[in-house]
Amino acid sequence: MKSGEYFVQGNEACVRGALYAGLKFFAGYPITPSTEMAELLSEKLPQCGGHFVQMEDELASMCAIIGASVTGNKAMTATSGPGFSLMQEALGYAVMAEIPCVVASVQRGGPSTGLATKVAQGDVNQARWGTHGEHSIIALTASSVQDVFFMTVEAFNMAETYRTPVILLFDEVIGHMREKLTVPEEGQIPVVSRLRTSVRQGVNYHPYLPREDGRLPMSDFGGVHRYNVTGLYHDIWGFPTEKPEAVERLLYHLVEKIETKSDEIARFKEYYMDDAKLVFISYGSSARSALHLVTTLRGKGIRAGLLELQTLWPFPANLVRSRAEQARHVYVVEMNMGQVCAQVRQAVARPDDVFLINRVDGQLITPTDIGRVMRVVEGRAF
Amino acid sequence: MAVKDFIRERFFPHLWCPGCGHGMTLNAMLHAFDELNIPPCSLVMVSGIGCSARISGYVNVHTMHTLHGRALAFATGIKLARPDLHVVVPMGDGDATAIGGNHFIHAARRNIDITAILMNNRIYGMTGGQYSPMSGRGIKATTAPYGNIDRDFDAVKLAEGAGATFVARTTTFHVRELTALIKKAIQHKGFSVVEVMSQCPTYFGRKNHMGNAVDMLNMFRENTAPLGSDALAAHPSLTPRGVFVDRDEPEYCESYESIIQKAQG
Repeated sequence: MKSGEYFVQGNEACVRGALYAGLKFFAGYPITPSTEMAELLSEKLPQCGGHFVQMEDELASMCAIIGASVTGNKAMTATSGPGFSLMQEALGYAVMAEIPCVVASVQRGGPSTGLATKVAQGDVNQARWGTHGEHSIIALTASSVQDVFFMTVEAFNMAETYRTPVILLFDEVIGHMREKLTVPEEGQIPVVSRLRTSVRQGVNYHPYLPREDGRLPMSDFGGVHRYNVTGLYHDIWGFPTEKPEAVERLLYHLVEKIETKSDEIARFKEYYMDDAKLVFISYGSSARSALHLVTTLRGKGIRAGLLELQTLWPFPANLVRSRAEQARHVYVVEMNMGQVCAQVRQAVARPDDVFLINRVDGQLITPTDIGRVMRVVEGRAF
Repeated sequence: MAVKDFIRERFFPHLWCPGCGHGMTLNAMLHAFDELNIPPCSLVMVSGIGCSARISGYVNVHTMHTLHGRALAFATGIKLARPDLHVVVPMGDGDATAIGGNHFIHAARRNIDITAILMNNRIYGMTGGQYSPMSGRGIKATTAPYGNIDRDFDAVKLAEGAGATFVARTTTFHVRELTALIKKAIQHKGFSVVEVMSQCPTYFGRKNHMGNAVDMLNMFRENTAPLGSDALAAHPSLTPRGVFVDRDEPEYCESYESIIQKAQG
């Protein structure tokens, strides 16, 4: 991965971030607006001895990266809403079997085939609850090409740290927008390697016995420890069990290993937030328009600020609550019917002071759009 | 190594019904592994969902019990990332030809070096006896109380048409032949399929008045004949057994190695 400066799309920044983080395996199926990732990786991965495979569908793609991951390789796939829907089955398997992997989903308009080439942010809840059953998940996003790179490295790091699939939930504007990208030197930003067991050959290895810190050291398929991996509830050996206490213990483990770490998983940026009375909360490409408006308002002496979320799941409720405390009004800017807004309302002390500013017609929300709604709420022109 | 070194004894007795053919196939597989002297740490078994898929849990190699129909997709990721490992995928007829039909034909098309052991008992056993794409017309099942109108696949022709480079068929009656065919399939470089006609006395046999497991095994003896045999020539309605396809074609992982060399060149 060559360091240096590039002028690239968000999708390419994601590819470069993945390679920086040590990606060795990609399986995918073409879908707009994420296809550039597959195209680029088909070129780049063999150059570094990695493997690319175009599978027969997204179901197979998600399964293949899980297979590659159990052999000890960092693996990812890339897709958009319709493909992400198909991946939900195997995503749940990765959650249950605790297999690290990364899924980049570049959002377009839905439901169904929707708006194949237009922007939306309607898959926030799909990332959280798309697969069935109680579980927890990590989902990250970004609002610039540079941050796509950083968040992609973070995604791989978190996947290894928490032994979980991590969703990179970008949107079409960020995926296709070209900006400057600075790729840091190797070692300049931390890359988390897989935590492998120190248990020696011939000694009993328990693949699903968490350490005191909750982490589970892995052993590669093909290595000296032979064990079972399953999507069923399982014991510390990875064997199916229906014992109520084992079932409950595993489910609590799967949820708590992420939910109790939500503060340290929270990634965010703040602009003019110190004394902000009008607090904007946004993410992805919408955050760029919100920042534009906030900057304009500051120029007029109005105390507006922006909290840009980069971690969407687990939802950073403590962060949002603390930043909303001093606010007169909180505006959540997003391109859906209020998926993050609902989370913000749950998190804050005064949910009635939270307002949704959205756009859901396939067009990027503009600073003018946001200002128009804000003026109505504030009851005056700025 | 001995056969018993390949099993996880503490998980026995197994969960299959008395008379089920899957244990016989497991036995043949274990003998094949043993006779081929495969080190257990270089063997991966990936299975899907269903009665047949539970085989993986009993075998003391690297085992992955995955999703219904998708074992071959998981296996493709494992094999491509670690081409030095042997990858064996035990499958049921629903796993391979219904929900996993797409993965089955594409694994065959790629000619990736994976061995699929297709245990065909013509019924969904785990869910209680519903018809599968292998049941065939006229068969009774819990979802075909008036008789099945779905035509059945010929798994051998399906695998061959999709491009598998080794395709064989036998039955649970012919256990030594089964072991020999599994050995050949594992040794074959490329995608290999062994269809094992297997008995489900609990559902398929009972619903269709075929008697007990022994009666069903005797039917396999009477209704099948080796490829090229006089019996088959005299009675073309018999189901042929043996090796239908065995040819060399570029294997997927090896082809990918040449891509890596080209990319790095």
